[in-house]
Amino acid sequence: MSAVIAKKTIIGARVPKPDAPDKAIGRTRYINDMVLPRMLFGKILHTDRVHAKIISIDTSAARALAGVHVVLTGDDIPELRFGTTRDNVPLKAGKVRCIRDEVAAVAAESEEIAAQAIALIKVEYEDLPAVFSPAEAMREGAPVVQEEHPDNRSLYYEFSHGDIAAAEAASDIVVEHEFELPFVTHCCMGTSCAIADFDPAGKLTIYSQTQYPYNYKMDLAPALGIHPGDIRVIQPPVGGAFGSKLDVYPFEPICALLAQAARRPVKLTFSREEEFINSPTRQPVEFKIRSGVKRDGTLTFRSVDALLNNGAYTSWGPTTPVIQMRTFTGHFRVPVVEYKAQAIYTNSVYSGSFRGYGNVQATFCTATIMDILAEEVGMDPIAFRLKNAQKSGEVTPQGSILEDCRLGECIEIAAQKTDFLRKHEANTGNRDKPGRIKRGIGIATSIHNAGGAKIHKSDGCGTILKLDDFARATLITGASEIGQGIDAVLCQIVSEELGIPIADITIVNDDSALGPWDVGVHASRTTFIAGNSALRAARAARKQVLDAAAKQSNVTAEELDLRQGHVVQADNGVAVIKLDKLLRRMHFSEEPELVMVTDYYEPNSEAEDKNHVGNLSATWAHGAYVAEVEVDTETGEVKVLKLTAVQDVGRVINRLGIEGQMEGGISVSLGYALSEQLQMKEGKVLNPSFRDYKVLTAPETPEIELHFIESDCKEGPLGAKGIAELPAIIPAPAIANAVYNAIGIRFFAPPLTPEKVARALHEAAHQRSSKR
Amino acid sequence: MSLEIEIEFTLNGRRTRVKVPPAMTTLSMLREKLDLTGAKLACGEGECGACTVKVDDRTINSCLMFAVDCDGRELQTIEGLATGSGLEIVQQAFVDHGAIQCGYCMPGMIMQARYLIDQNPGQGHHMTRDDIARGLEGNVCRCTGYTKVVDAVAAVVLEEASL
Repeated sequence: MSAVIAKKTIIGARVPKPDAPDKAIGRTRYINDMVLPRMLFGKILHTDRVHAKIISIDTSAARALAGVHVVLTGDDIPELRFGTTRDNVPLKAGKVRCIRDEVAAVAAESEEIAAQAIALIKVEYEDLPAVFSPAEAMREGAPVVQEEHPDNRSLYYEFSHGDIAAAEAASDIVVEHEFELPFVTHCCMGTSCAIADFDPAGKLTIYSQTQYPYNYKMDLAPALGIHPGDIRVIQPPVGGAFGSKLDVYPFEPICALLAQAARRPVKLTFSREEEFINSPTRQPVEFKIRSGVKRDGTLTFRSVDALLNNGAYTSWGPTTPVIQMRTFTGHFRVPVVEYKAQAIYTNSVYSGSFRGYGNVQATFCTATIMDILAEEVGMDPIAFRLKNAQKSGEVTPQGSILEDCRLGECIEIAAQKTDFLRKHEANTGNRDKPGRIKRGIGIATSIHNAGGAKIHKSDGCGTILKLDDFARATLITGASEIGQGIDAVLCQIVSEELGIPIADITIVNDDSALGPWDVGVHASRTTFIAGNSALRAARAARKQVLDAAAKQSNVTAEELDLRQGHVVQADNGVAVIKLDKLLRRMHFSEEPELVMVTDYYEPNSEAEDKNHVGNLSATWAHGAYVAEVEVDTETGEVKVLKLTAVQDVGRVINRLGIEGQMEGGISVSLGYALSEQLQMKEGKVLNPSFRDYKVLTAPETPEIELHFIESDCKEGPLGAKGIAELPAIIPAPAIANAVYNAIGIRFFAPPLTPEKVARALHEAAHQRSSKR
Repeated sequence: MSLEIEIEFTLNGRRTRVKVPPAMTTLSMLREKLDLTGAKLACGEGECGACTVKVDDRTINSCLMFAVDCDGRELQTIEGLATGSGLEIVQQAFVDHGAIQCGYCMPGMIMQARYLIDQNPGQGHHMTRDDIARGLEGNVCRCTGYTKVVDAVAAVVLEEASL
């Protein structure tokens, strides 16, 4: 009697990350833990000036120190330009332009000797006049930061749809606001680190924290003057990334140049202070925004002027307008929109990409303005948003196709689950009553690309899948793992299609010599893109296996299924043959075959045309988040009591993973709202430590309630959408709106620190008493 | 080279003898002299808890303690938490509750969690989520937002209280 195996699904289950046990027992060797034989230690001399001519660098004492193998300055290497707009070089020669600039580097036998050598290098500077804000840098005759840009203009973006003047004239109410979004930083727990190793033929193996290994080769190559094909990228486990490892930064080519000169492996690791000062930030932006509405609550137009502090060099930060623009032009039905952004070179630090990429800044503005406009027209915050929410099938002015739009549903559920309207009204009524602690509730919403984003020529991912004679699967994917949990998701997909346990699946994704192309972990794309590729590969393997089984048992492949390591009859679950036995039969038969399949998936999205129009992502998703807060009107302290998140996720694949991504994203956004800011003074970072830069800790974490809308996206793998950026985007303005509900004061420049809130309360009280 | 001092202590249940420079931290000794890389250097100033290990009956930031001060003491690191072949109960709870993403802070977080639970034996039913969160205040995690960490610890507290 054959066994009967019922059909079970692992999709939607709570699956621990496959690498979690090793991480829990301290066995995982992160890049920061790695040691190679004969490895030297690199260290960089960063400048202490913000804008200066380098008159001379004396490295003689450093070179003479025992244990020092290499000392390099910008004069020792050719000018190797790299970066988004090729305006950066690994080691600066002649001039430094910001506090991050690298003027010399050493490789030595220990970290201590490297540090001593750095301290022995003498640099003579002649300070130059400097500019730190875009406004200063745009003035006539302002100091020039990059010689090739005498007007200090770096990047410019413009989009326009409809007649703004006519729309403004037709508006009953027009409001104008200025927002200022701060410098914040990633705070990866593992500090920046690279290990470079050249072979005698001049080929580089770089152990890297990168989250985009394939483009990384192309971006790193020009900084070294070698061919991208001669770079092999190994990705050991990393201590966080969050977008910070989506570009090449000078320490990486410097590490490689040291290794090249030393002819030995070199490891270069940042201290925490270096990490705060010398790693990329989130892009700060100053916005001027005009918005119009009719008396009945219909939005009429949005006009946005964005000014971005480019810093001294160009990484991804100044390109965030691409995503900012999608939200300003496409979140809620705004018939007429214009958006302009300019990035201006200054002698400040420069920004990279950071989870939420531009939409963090845009959503803080749109969500605040929606709240203001609702009040202006006398509608409640829910009804006003519902009135302007798009319906399925609508297309935004930039061409984002909202095929299955769940914005309205998100808002309705968020309102209902939190008893929003009752609390909102009660809190408003309590504002002027006595009592030190005021409660507030606020909502915010946004849209984000949920099917990748075609910002490169390709947005694809490749997969190689093999099954061995023991029915163990190996999935070689282009997708990187940076802690976000694509390992579990891909295991589930393979397990589901092939009917084998997760423990029998190995994911290989840490070596660019093995893995096929992928564009990297960004744009909430990995589950969607790599998931689709893995699914298609698994289905091809499944077909090959079931065809072979069908041939042997004289049934059609459609009548068979794969469950728990067996081929079974699909209708009744009766086992036909064990999978491993079948695989061996296939392998050792007269017509031998191995199961090894490949897939390359490219989503059906469009690159933007020159007018910024195109369906940039294969699908889009909305979320509506509600924050409930308490404001201490004496200390100005804002305490978030509860955060309720409602989000269109397509379909939950790993419930444990998706909850973790949501909760982690929310935590980053809470920091943005309340406590985090890299304090800059004349181009210098004033708070480069965890003592003075406040990230959230466990006691500040509110209760979090998650509601997943499973819209079953037809393009997504098993219906899933990308999810991991919206939670880092929406909570901050929900908190700001809740604070307004509590105390009646708007904040246009996060973070809402106790200092800032207390001062605003004090000023409001002062104004009230002077009016009397 | 410079002077080294020989010290002897118990490390994860074994007597250990090692020579260390006077200025070496306990964390550097563990990572560089003893190849125990579970404890992490993430700030070096006692602000993040990633280097948390247990010395005698307390958890400490090992980046702030001189290695020479380990002489005669009893140290436990994340590598010594599980005594059998599998995972210790707190480690398993962190895995099962999805508390581990990049995992870099987790050796420190788990050592602190174990200590916190041991400080309150049999208190399971009185230890609230707030108590747990406060007990983990010195351990920074940038991935998880702490909810699943507190879930994991709360589950262990309940489980051990019912033993």
